[in-house]
Amino acid sequence: MKEKSRKKTENSTRRTFIKKLGAGVGTVSLAGIGVGAVASAGKKAKSGEKVRLLSPEGKLVEVDKDDISPAGPATYDLREEAKIGLKDRKFVMVIDLAKCKNARACVEACQEGHLLPKDHEWIKIYLLQDDKDTARYWFPRPCFHCDKPMCVSVCPVGATYKRSDGIVLVDNHRCIGCKFCMTGCPYSARVFNWKDPEVKVPKDHVYDPETNIPALEGTVGKCVFCADNLRKNMLPRCVTACPMGTIYFGDLNEDTVTNGDETIRFSKVMRDRAGYRYREYLGTSPSVFYLPPVQRMFPVERGLEGYDESITGRYKNAGPR
Amino acid sequence: MRADKKLLKDLTPEIERTTSGWYVTFLVFLGFFVVGIYALVQQIDKGHIVTGMRDNVVWGVYIVNFIFFMGLSYSGAIISGVLHLFHTGWRKPVMRLAELITVISLVIGPFFIFFCIGRLDRLYYLFIYPRIQSPITWDVIAISTDLVGCFIYLYLSFIEDFAILRDYQELEVAPWKKKLYRVLSLGYDGTPRQEKLLSRARTVMASMIIAIAIIVYSVLAWIFGVTLQPGWHSTIFGPYFVIAAVFSGTGLLIILMWIFRKIYRLEGYITKRHFVNVGVLLTVIAAFYGYFTFSDYLTKWYGSVKMDSILVDKLFSQYFVLFIFANYIGILLPGIIIALPKFRTIPNITVAALIALVALWVNRYIIVIPTLETPFLPIEDTRAAWLKYSPTWVEWSLTFAGVSVFVMLFMLISKIAPIVSISDMQEKDKVELLK
Repeated sequence: MKEKSRKKTENSTRRTFIKKLGAGVGTVSLAGIGVGAVASAGKKAKSGEKVRLLSPEGKLVEVDKDDISPAGPATYDLREEAKIGLKDRKFVMVIDLAKCKNARACVEACQEGHLLPKDHEWIKIYLLQDDKDTARYWFPRPCFHCDKPMCVSVCPVGATYKRSDGIVLVDNHRCIGCKFCMTGCPYSARVFNWKDPEVKVPKDHVYDPETNIPALEGTVGKCVFCADNLRKNMLPRCVTACPMGTIYFGDLNEDTVTNGDETIRFSKVMRDRAGYRYREYLGTSPSVFYLPPVQRMFPVERGLEGYDESITGRYKNAGPR
Repeated sequence: MRADKKLLKDLTPEIERTTSGWYVTFLVFLGFFVVGIYALVQQIDKGHIVTGMRDNVVWGVYIVNFIFFMGLSYSGAIISGVLHLFHTGWRKPVMRLAELITVISLVIGPFFIFFCIGRLDRLYYLFIYPRIQSPITWDVIAISTDLVGCFIYLYLSFIEDFAILRDYQELEVAPWKKKLYRVLSLGYDGTPRQEKLLSRARTVMASMIIAIAIIVYSVLAWIFGVTLQPGWHSTIFGPYFVIAAVFSGTGLLIILMWIFRKIYRLEGYITKRHFVNVGVLLTVIAAFYGYFTFSDYLTKWYGSVKMDSILVDKLFSQYFVLFIFANYIGILLPGIIIALPKFRTIPNITVAALIALVALWVNRYIIVIPTLETPFLPIEDTRAAWLKYSPTWVEWSLTFAGVSVFVMLFMLISKIAPIVSISDMQEKDKVELLK
């Protein structure tokens, strides 16, 4: 199993617990009871400064600060760590359809950031029309990171999972490629690696489901809400790449979303702009919300300008759906 | 164990001698099988890109074959189980065929799932990291149970025959075969106690495999039914799949009856009466199956749920020919041919069965593929393969390889055990005696 140390902005719950426990105890000296390995190393001069530690047996002990030496490099299993969501977070995305003009900057930033082959799009831009008498509009579709994710329910091996912060990830070291999640997802959000994606990764790169790099042949990939960026307090790549500020990202618990330039109250914008979720009736409860394409900045046709057939051809038969 | 001399004389020659025709046929099917292996090597080497499957249509002909073969298996189990339990008088010459269909297709079916899986090297994850929420896990449990159950059921029905062949001194076969019969007959001598135990065990297993078959095939249907996809998300899918399975298995049984009757000269055992009886069974099941099909599509078509309408439109335009063939011709024609006494000849019944069998495969195809081509969000792509699924030579080769394995296994088994059960034929049927 590949392991690598990683600085985290958030402590794992267990470590936080230990810290709290240590701080909560009074200054009762427990000198004399040493942790085996630590005590035996005590040959050099002591600083006299005591530190409280929890012994492997669960006893609170106090040792000299100079007696403490690291037991080894801190190691994390990235595949295990990725399962733990960021604490007290519930990530949501708001996409303002009035602003989208099919600039495809989000698609490219995502492909670049995740070393995706050019024909893999984790965020895809659709040209939708609800009825022949209603307007057409551009519709960027990342993974919806549903709160009742069908893909997670149907996965037979637990390769795809839902975290406490709302993010749904795929561990492509676990995925057997049965593609049940792809038939389960009603939003076509998942892509399959039909052949070797031939990703060139840095030499010391370690696989992490939070980026899902590199893609593996015979496994499934999808938008990860840039879980790696979120750990570093950064916005997802598609959000910062969009020239129109179409995509807002934030935390439902804080009731705030931002597109990098503008920060807005989630509940207020939902109320004022009549936010909705795509095909709410399916009951999957997506974490991605849309603002209706009203009072648009550009006519929808502008989105087709400047592209060759490989892009414009996609939308030739776009009709009411 | 002693057996009727005439029976032995009629039924054992195929075990004793093998014609050159047999070898030629076997080699032809072996050829198909080798091509299939080559295709599989290509697929493993180059990835699933060599298939016609792409994002959206992620399941193709492989899954169709999987459902089809599993269906044959379950129907074999249901048919033989029911015939056994009800002591149907005419069942004896055709029972073994039904039992063999059950086991052989059950061995082949799961291979099509393996072909469909992207990481075959991680297949064992299904057992070491199972998640009970997933219908695939239900299927893994169900199919393994079914495999064990069906093998036991088949074996129980073979024991008496193995004992007869063991004790048949004039049987001119290789020593290894004699040794095989000795081992496989488990010391069965036909004592009243043994007879009673065996008969009881067979009855218990017959009722068990009926139940298992129904559960297992429903589970398979629920893999589709539980998803939200238009056309799949249907409460009727469990029973619908079960009845469709019995339909296909009955058809296959008739075809096999015709083939073995012809080649192994079993005209004296498999008579027109059997064709008519199994044919009538096929007709009755066709009626149920047609009713389910109609009911499922009527509700989808009548309402105005958008995705259902789009799907039904597609079925009646792009898939018109296949849809009409599978769901009209394939159901009505066999029914009409067999229902009208005028048409009831052995060749006609066999043709009707063949139509039914092929139509059912097509029915599976138009259940799986059009739905995947109709996702909620439209497929907006410029690549032809992404827009419309068409199976490649790799998928067809593996399909034919599957059929070849079915034929080859049947051919091999017919050289070890009689294709008509000797012991069943000579057993005095209590029900018949009462008449």
